[in-house]
Amino acid sequence: MAEYQNIFTRVQVHGNPDLGVPLPKGGVWTRNNKTRLSYLAGKIGDAQVGPFYLGFLGLASIVCGVIAIEIIGLNMWASVGWDPIEFVRQLFWLALEPPKAEYGLSFPPLAEGGWWLMAGFFLTVSILLWWLRMYTRARALGMGTHVAWAFAAAIWLYLVLGLIRPVLMGSWSEAVPFGIFPHLDWTAAFSIRYGNLFYNPFHMLSIVFLYGSALLFAMHGATILAVSRFGGDREIEQIVDRGTASERAALFWRWTMGFNATMESIHRWAWWFAVLCPLTGGIGILLTGTVVDNWYLWGVKHGIAPAYPEVWTPVPDPAMSNGS
Amino acid sequence: MLDGIKLGVGGVAIVAAFLLGVAFFLSWERPPIESEQIGYDGVGMVTHTNPRIDAELQARNEPPISMGRMPPGGQPAGEVYENVQVLGSLSEDQFNQLMVSITNWVSPDEGCAYCHNVENMASDEVYTKIVSRRMIQMTQHINANYESHVGQTGVNCYTCHRGNHVPEYLWVEEDGVDPAKGMTADRQGQNLATEIAVYSSLPYTALEDLLTQPGAQIRVQEGQALPTVPLEPGTKKTEVTYSLMMNMSDGLGVNCTYCHNSRSWADWEQSPPARATAWHGIQMAQDVNANYLIPLQSALPAHRLGPAGDAPKASCATCHQGLPLPMNGAPMLEDHPELGRVME
Repeated sequence: MAEYQNIFTRVQVHGNPDLGVPLPKGGVWTRNNKTRLSYLAGKIGDAQVGPFYLGFLGLASIVCGVIAIEIIGLNMWASVGWDPIEFVRQLFWLALEPPKAEYGLSFPPLAEGGWWLMAGFFLTVSILLWWLRMYTRARALGMGTHVAWAFAAAIWLYLVLGLIRPVLMGSWSEAVPFGIFPHLDWTAAFSIRYGNLFYNPFHMLSIVFLYGSALLFAMHGATILAVSRFGGDREIEQIVDRGTASERAALFWRWTMGFNATMESIHRWAWWFAVLCPLTGGIGILLTGTVVDNWYLWGVKHGIAPAYPEVWTPVPDPAMSNGS
Repeated sequence: MLDGIKLGVGGVAIVAAFLLGVAFFLSWERPPIESEQIGYDGVGMVTHTNPRIDAELQARNEPPISMGRMPPGGQPAGEVYENVQVLGSLSEDQFNQLMVSITNWVSPDEGCAYCHNVENMASDEVYTKIVSRRMIQMTQHINANYESHVGQTGVNCYTCHRGNHVPEYLWVEEDGVDPAKGMTADRQGQNLATEIAVYSSLPYTALEDLLTQPGAQIRVQEGQALPTVPLEPGTKKTEVTYSLMMNMSDGLGVNCTYCHNSRSWADWEQSPPARATAWHGIQMAQDVNANYLIPLQSALPAHRLGPAGDAPKASCATCHQGLPLPMNGAPMLEDHPELGRVME
């Protein structure tokens, strides 16, 4: 029993299901009140699974998402001649490619990238509907819409890569293929083509926020776990009613680095770090090719790419000396 | 009952994860990895070798045994034998010595009969004789015109053949798995695990696109910071170049930094000098494929052609076979200087 003194506990409470706040009257969709208890879910989160709210937006989003994944998956399968063994064996290599450069922004034949456009359309609609669903569900519970806006930051990066930048570049061929290894190879080729993304300041910022998010997550998670024995697990209560857990945690960080976030501000730090990662990354991608063609040379021009001492005598470009 | 199912599912998941993990680790290169700094401090200009793998590689790349050189003089081979179209000005002894060497290099088991009708050595009826004659001309062309790439080391038949009828590291058009075609999406020449793209999902058409015609556009980076209109080439073409570079890297057993400073691939000022040698090698491969190997298609029997019906072609790996210098730069022309000049 002693273990249950802390809400971070391995003891799973199996009681009546929690069905949440009443829904506003007049909604078309009623909440499905079915819940069940999952021992395994309880190992990593809440043992209660459900109630699940599907709703029109959720249903429409799933339908569009399934259409997109079907288009992608079936075309991948067709690309190995409907061979089920090859499909499984090469799954990580297979892809649905965007149209070739010569099609520009026109609608190419299905086999030449038309399927890619359709998959992209349905995937985008699916994601946007899911965003609306997150927004309206948060409102229905009387919550703020922070989750929806954080998701919107990720959607911004997705839209830049697959829609906004290709439109600005005047060619769908500049967009990302749908595939596991192919999208990774595309990323490397993209950096090579545009002169090394590491010299793109927005890429730098994005990396700062990516690694920074991981660091903050680790610092915050560790701090709260470390003071949970003093009631630090009741984080939200400690925001308004600071107790010894908060004070010890704060003092720990002042001792070790001279400064501490508060129980409230650490969550804003975390939210902004996470949100700024795709926001700045999206800006970096958006500028690539549209405004800057070679990030390394841009870096040289603006003094952020230093020259290093020569270790070997440079060779001239043989294409120049041959006159070819 | 339910617990039994849970345990079963858990057990299967653990076994599957273990097997996947083993498969994953097997694809890795076991240490030690030796790194050598080749550039300025802290810029990541480092080459890597694995001494264990390197030892195997060295064992597979021994140069041929030298047979010495026959003295000049005597009657020209063209007067002694009939139908000697290329090597006619060699002395009879030197000509015969070259024939013996070629036999050792290319058909050590079959001997002369691999290319000749032994009843009538002058006859061109065996297709391999037509091919050999063209390959001798190709070897002379490479040594005479691509000193920028092969230096004084040169190449002879053994550089590629290594005792095989057909060099081991030739390539043919990748046909992969037949796609469904019709209205289903085109693979656009990529997104399959292929040897040509070194098991990446990059275009397996890279050698076809960039190594079969002189002057093929390989460069993709712009020489100025800001864009110009029209923006060409795009990311898709870059993938083709990237694939060619992976193929080269694999064929030479080196990483990117052997030839490039990876902060700026295009910049010659910062590139190690090996890049210029490699550049001439690309020109050579394009020339050799376009003018010697591809035209042999009509002379070759069907079983020597690729699944798409194309003639086998050369890439960097054809000679290099995993080493930066084929057979570590053992001289190939000492016994046979006649292969170092164009003879008609």
